[in-house]
Amino acid sequence: MNFDFSDEQKQMRDEARKFLAEKCPPKAVRAVLDGHASYDKELWKGLAEMGFLGVAIPEEFGGAGAGHLELCVIAEEMGRALAPVPFSSTVYLAAEAILLAGSAAQKKKWLPAIASGEAIGTLALFEGKGNPSPDGIKLAASGGSLNGVKKPVPDGAIADFAVVTGRTGSTGRDGDISLFLVDLKAGGVEAKALTSLDPSRGQAELTFRNCKAEPLGAAGEGWSILTQVLDRAAVLMAFEQVGGADRALEMGRDYALDRIAFGRPIGSFQAVKHMLADMYVSATLARSNCYYGAWALSTNASELPEAAAAARISATQAFQHCAKNNIQVHGGMGFTWEFDCHMYYRRANATALGLGSLSYWEDALIDRMRKKNAA
Amino acid sequence: MNFDDTPQEAAFRTEARAWIAANAPKQYEAELSKSSLGRISLAKDDIVDVGKAWQKQKAEGGWACLHWPKEYGGRGATPIEKVIWQQEEGVYGKLTQPFQIGEGMCGPTVMAFGSEEHKRHYLPKLASGEQIWCQLFSEPAGGSDVAGLRTRAEKQGDNWIVNGQKIWTSGAHYSDYGLLITRTDPNVPKHKGLTMFFLDMKSKGVEVRPIKQANGMQEFNEVYFTDVVIPDSQRLGNVGDGWNVSLTTLMNERMSIGARLATGFPEIFEFCSSLMTEDGPAIDDRATRSKLAGWAVKASGLKYTSYRAVSALSKGERPGPENSIGKLVAGVMLQDIASYAMDLQGAAGALTGAAEELATGQFQQMLLSAPSMRIAGGTDEILRNIIAERVLGLPGDIRVDKDVPFNKIPTKGR
Repeated sequence: MNFDFSDEQKQMRDEARKFLAEKCPPKAVRAVLDGHASYDKELWKGLAEMGFLGVAIPEEFGGAGAGHLELCVIAEEMGRALAPVPFSSTVYLAAEAILLAGSAAQKKKWLPAIASGEAIGTLALFEGKGNPSPDGIKLAASGGSLNGVKKPVPDGAIADFAVVTGRTGSTGRDGDISLFLVDLKAGGVEAKALTSLDPSRGQAELTFRNCKAEPLGAAGEGWSILTQVLDRAAVLMAFEQVGGADRALEMGRDYALDRIAFGRPIGSFQAVKHMLADMYVSATLARSNCYYGAWALSTNASELPEAAAAARISATQAFQHCAKNNIQVHGGMGFTWEFDCHMYYRRANATALGLGSLSYWEDALIDRMRKKNAA
Repeated sequence: MNFDDTPQEAAFRTEARAWIAANAPKQYEAELSKSSLGRISLAKDDIVDVGKAWQKQKAEGGWACLHWPKEYGGRGATPIEKVIWQQEEGVYGKLTQPFQIGEGMCGPTVMAFGSEEHKRHYLPKLASGEQIWCQLFSEPAGGSDVAGLRTRAEKQGDNWIVNGQKIWTSGAHYSDYGLLITRTDPNVPKHKGLTMFFLDMKSKGVEVRPIKQANGMQEFNEVYFTDVVIPDSQRLGNVGDGWNVSLTTLMNERMSIGARLATGFPEIFEFCSSLMTEDGPAIDDRATRSKLAGWAVKASGLKYTSYRAVSALSKGERPGPENSIGKLVAGVMLQDIASYAMDLQGAAGALTGAAEELATGQFQQMLLSAPSMRIAGGTDEILRNIIAERVLGLPGDIRVDKDVPFNKIPTKGR
């Protein structure tokens, strides 16, 4: 059994960590958080140059053709560094959707542009409150034209193109939903930036008015493709979350070693120790679930739906747990704008919702386990 | 990243599987598969007798204590081969329960500190299950604080005279030998005045009394020592070095990688799938699903954490500390799952042994037994200390008794 990343993959992780430590220090995250930029353009360019944006994109489409295990280790580092760039929306959502369902022409048009950092992509799925569901998709799609409003759309205000879910039928079945590919710079779409919990990652409202769109995948297959995209993105996002959880745990540990109160390091008090030990436990469980998700993703295993849900739930819980207790370990200083704790707290809670909330994935996991047991 | 064996591992697995298929006591398979929680008992036969027979058979086939050297009754197998064996042994591994303390803790300590003569004499019989060993560490005044133990051993010629009391000793009532830690010098700080021995449990002055537990069962014992004579030749390690010797024992306790801990998850999932409530199957209820999902990812997290440890072993690395989280997670889970299963049954959840009882009372039994999972072999709190100090590198607690002679340490509060 080799339930671990290879030495080459670990080396890639180290490279990414080193690169991000230099190019994406907390100061860089703050620049976006404070509203000085909508994302870190320099970092985005650097990620493209390092080959990280196209790591899982085949060579024939301008990528590195490495694979999804490699993408997982990079995702972990992106989460650890809180990278303020549209990585998850472009790479986990848009690129994965095109890889899964795109025509040769669509792949040729968009994948090289993603790998080179020229095109930012996203997925426009949500329409206000609620979790992913075919019923929630009202945006009208007929005759290659879209009408409706999508929000929140991650990185929607800076994206060049979007994969959009639209309604093409009214039978009340999953087959009513189709996917479309929209060039957001070609007119017919108005983007409005929205304020959110984590300003280091933008959210937007996209209004489509007689917007020209080309189908992505077969008509009526939209929901089925979307489900697969969300599963794949769930594993990748879970790695980001585990990276963030680990960093929050480290910050808490370091502070507990450094901070003296009552004449001793606060890390010598059991109340603090036990809190940190519990953070370690949840981060470890999440990491192990993520490894299983990575295996399922990289091998296209039939276990992927279940593995993805488990990784997503476990990593969501771990990041939220570690981020909130990191603030608690820091005490009053943890509640200041100056300390970085709140950036992890914001990111943890925002990523917990982005692909569907915890309760959505809990529901999905139980459904999938039942299906497997029944089979 | 894959779940495949190396060619050598695959060959070993094939050999183990074939031997087990030809030799395992299949008449107990169904019964053993069902009892996944807590201590095992068999309807018609005594678990110790059946276990001894299986262990003997394994020893004859070269599969007992297989990671031990051949001259001491083992097979000289690698750590990963031991894990593969455990996976293949499957439910029959439950029959090894009476030997686990001997194999996992007493044997390795004798191997590290015993004379060559002792090792050749005692270890093969321990490995083959002919003789069962128990571990005599905990005391009424020293549980988590093991080094606070008070059982005295005093030198008299070539012998030691032992007086005192041990407690929570699993299997003392059927054990042939015991690994015993004693205080030989109360005038020095507590960790420095300890000495380790092994003794024949049938020695004069040893009295074993069963403890009736909170769950109504009797698995642990108190062991009293009244002027028990132990020859100095049965001392393990130097006089006053017992604490270091005990660390070897306790470190070996952590080698239980690949062993599956009961979490209660498969049971609660099946229960909620089949339980009908007024609103339909329990598993359709939102609150129930949320709880099940939370437990599911803990159970899978533990499973894949052990896979990571096995992978490290397979590569010849020492597994990291990740595996130390197992009992900490599983103990609380068992307790929570039991409570929730009973909650779903309403008032009838309180019944045991009645016709109304659902799922044959397994959750009621789980509820009553779960507290011991969170205490035995290191309490939840001690495990958190271990993670915090040894994994995260946080400072040890400030100890008020560390440099004080043992006999000057206060024994009562207020």
